Amino acid sequence: MQLSERHQEYWRKNLRLTAVLLAIWFVVTFVVIYFAPQLNDIVIMGFPFAFYMAAQGSLIIYVLVIWFYAHRMNQLDLEFGVHEGEEE
Amino acid sequence: MSTQTQSQFFRQLKKYYTFYTGGFIAFVIVLAILEQMGLEPKYIGYIFLAATISLYAGIGIMSKTADVSEYYVAGRRVPALFNGMATGADWMSAASFIGMAGTLYLSGFDGLAFILGWTGGYVLVALLLAPYLRKFGQFTIPDFLGSRYGGNLPRTIGVVAAIICSFVYVVAQIYGVGLITARLTGLEFQVGVFAGLAGILVCSFLGGMRAVTWTQVAQYIILILAYMIPVVWLSVNITGNPIPQIAYGQVLQQVTAKEKELNDPTTTLGAAEASVRAIYKEKQLATEDKVKALEAAIAAGTADTIVGEARAKLDTELVELKAAPEPDAKKIEAKTKEIGEMTGPDALLAKLKKAADGAKKSAGPVAAHATAFSGKGAEKKLLKDNPSATEAEIAAAKAEDQEASNVKRRNFIALVLCLMVGTASLPHILMRYYTTPSVRDARKSVFWSLFFIFLLYFTAPALAVLVKFEVYHNLIGSSFASLPAWVANWAAVDPTLMKISDMNLDGIVQLAEMTIGGDLIVLATPEIAGLPYVISGMVAAGGLAAALSTADGLLLTIANALSHDVYYKMIDPKATTVRRLAISKGLLLVVALVAAYTASLKPGDILFLVGAAFSLAASAFFPALVLGVFWKRANYLGAVVGMLAGLFVCMYYMYITYDFFGGVAANEWFAIKPIAAGVFGMPIGFLGVIIGSLISRAPSLEIQQLVDHVRYPSLEGDIETRAT
Repeated sequence: MQLSERHQEYWRKNLRLTAVLLAIWFVVTFVVIYFAPQLNDIVIMGFPFAFYMAAQGSLIIYVLVIWFYAHRMNQLDLEFGVHEGEEE
Repeated sequence: MSTQTQSQFFRQLKKYYTFYTGGFIAFVIVLAILEQMGLEPKYIGYIFLAATISLYAGIGIMSKTADVSEYYVAGRRVPALFNGMATGADWMSAASFIGMAGTLYLSGFDGLAFILGWTGGYVLVALLLAPYLRKFGQFTIPDFLGSRYGGNLPRTIGVVAAIICSFVYVVAQIYGVGLITARLTGLEFQVGVFAGLAGILVCSFLGGMRAVTWTQVAQYIILILAYMIPVVWLSVNITGNPIPQIAYGQVLQQVTAKEKELNDPTTTLGAAEASVRAIYKEKQLATEDKVKALEAAIAAGTADTIVGEARAKLDTELVELKAAPEPDAKKIEAKTKEIGEMTGPDALLAKLKKAADGAKKSAGPVAAHATAFSGKGAEKKLLKDNPSATEAEIAAAKAEDQEASNVKRRNFIALVLCLMVGTASLPHILMRYYTTPSVRDARKSVFWSLFFIFLLYFTAPALAVLVKFEVYHNLIGSSFASLPAWVANWAAVDPTLMKISDMNLDGIVQLAEMTIGGDLIVLATPEIAGLPYVISGMVAAGGLAAALSTADGLLLTIANALSHDVYYKMIDPKATTVRRLAISKGLLLVVALVAAYTASLKPGDILFLVGAAFSLAASAFFPALVLGVFWKRANYLGAVVGMLAGLFVCMYYMYITYDFFGGVAANEWFAIKPIAAGVFGMPIGFLGVIIGSLISRAPSLEIQQLVDHVRYPSLEGDIETRAT
């Protein structure tokens, strides 16, 4: 089984997407926590910002990140012809 | 089923579970009507317990199977949406359902580490593991390690690590089942444990993963309804807004304002609090004197007299309790236990120290709910005690505060990381992604999983704030003569959950005069919201569903690791299907009994051990799994070294720092708590895989092909790794 150039490109695109999404995950988790005391001075709808992120905002972003990954990868599978056949 | 297409199957499932949800709601309504007609709460508890467990049993029996693929991976045809629900139930344990909101109530911002950690981990599952494991398509996580790295050793280490993590976790779940059953029905705890065990076994024994999957979906529906309904009601009561997750921002501001008032001795409320705190301060100082005296006596070898005096005092108290006009059985039992624990000077010393710490805590100001990593208040204390402190002294106090805050932040980050990576390494979760029909569905399924988990996790912080508002506004400042019914009820039922006494004898409730146990928050919400008892019964049934579903998944993981990985793959690869399933079911029964027996002993440190499972899983599995997919060069030696080193460092750190194993906090590295030991184990694990791989030969061509195979959902001329 020899991987073609297209296959390599599919994997590179996958890696790039994974890296970008992990970076988002990292920022909304760890960067927000690190600066939590400062971010808490900003108040939105009654919520101190860092509290809001840790209790709700970051969670919403996690859900969106996973949704986007599934959506985009399932698209890439089709584009590069590595999608699975009909389910048996 | 062979004639049925996947989409027909999906439609049929949707129909079944819609009927089921409607049926459950109708059942609750009927019970509510019966309650109005005078059905006793005790019977409502019995009916809930019997109805839900027989429902799960029904699904379990309908899903019985003799097919290996059905038994291990539910035939790989669980649609993404339903696998998401099943994962949600598999994931959310008794601790999430009952304990989470309480932790947030008690520790405010610092408790959010659990919310972040237990949801963010799914990003790692989705991006780094689930689709690849699905493509690999065998039965267990050690299967992947065994095939990817070759040889029996990586598989064996995987089996051992899977069993360690899952076993402590399942003991905690069965413990939770016992507590809830006891609360729901008034049965003994031990009886509750074994009643719950029956509930767990009926789901998994006959149908393995297939039965567990469909009961977990049913359990998810019950648990999410049971969690949401009381919170929505409470939110309407307090804010008029039926969406608590939006409404609690304003409530949080009012809570924060109230916290300031309570901490300010110039206000009426603040002054009353200050008077209670002064009593605690005295208590703290007196107890600390006793500690010093006892320590001196231990050094001088004369401690036995003090212990004797303390024991004599307890004995007198016990006699008095027994002689009371109406002896209180619970108090007598507690006192007898206290006497039993008074084994010598060390026990007394530990008890006194704990009492001093407790008093010191109550003597301090109210912690602000939304404040992140608050310092220890050294600067404030200095300025209060010594208004003319020099600048150098103030700077030193400030530095002390900053250091305390930094340590908290460091621990928060470490804990979040461990919980996230641990989530992405726990075999009972990863195993669920073997059950979807395709890689496509595995990806979608992680999305649904987190979505369904998110529904509960973004509600818990709202619930904590709403209950805090209720306590601050309607309980504090009210008169002891007219306590709200829920306070009086819970104080009578279980003093570890609610303890309240008029310490400064002003007849008015102060915050410092009550002690609230975390589990109270979820359990008492229906009563705080003024809902009928049937909703309390439903909440208990939801907690039971959460504990049972998690226990099911974990037991199956352990039994499968033993039967599939150890027996079939290593001992007798020629075993027939019938024999494999028989062994698997036999082991399930044995593991379940051992776990239930362990739980019935009420091991005290169970909560710590659950936290420890995440660190252990993160250290043992994560590096080998992720590098197995993303780094072709990773090989046998790397996996063995990485897994062993990660596991060893993690366990060693817990051993030297956690007092349960005889460790002391002074051994901590960078002041990181033992629960986050994975923060050291995991990097060592990665390092181990990398070094071990680089010093030995690259893996064979077949293994490299296997890696390509898992990376692409479909390849021409692809190899086949799916197990049947």
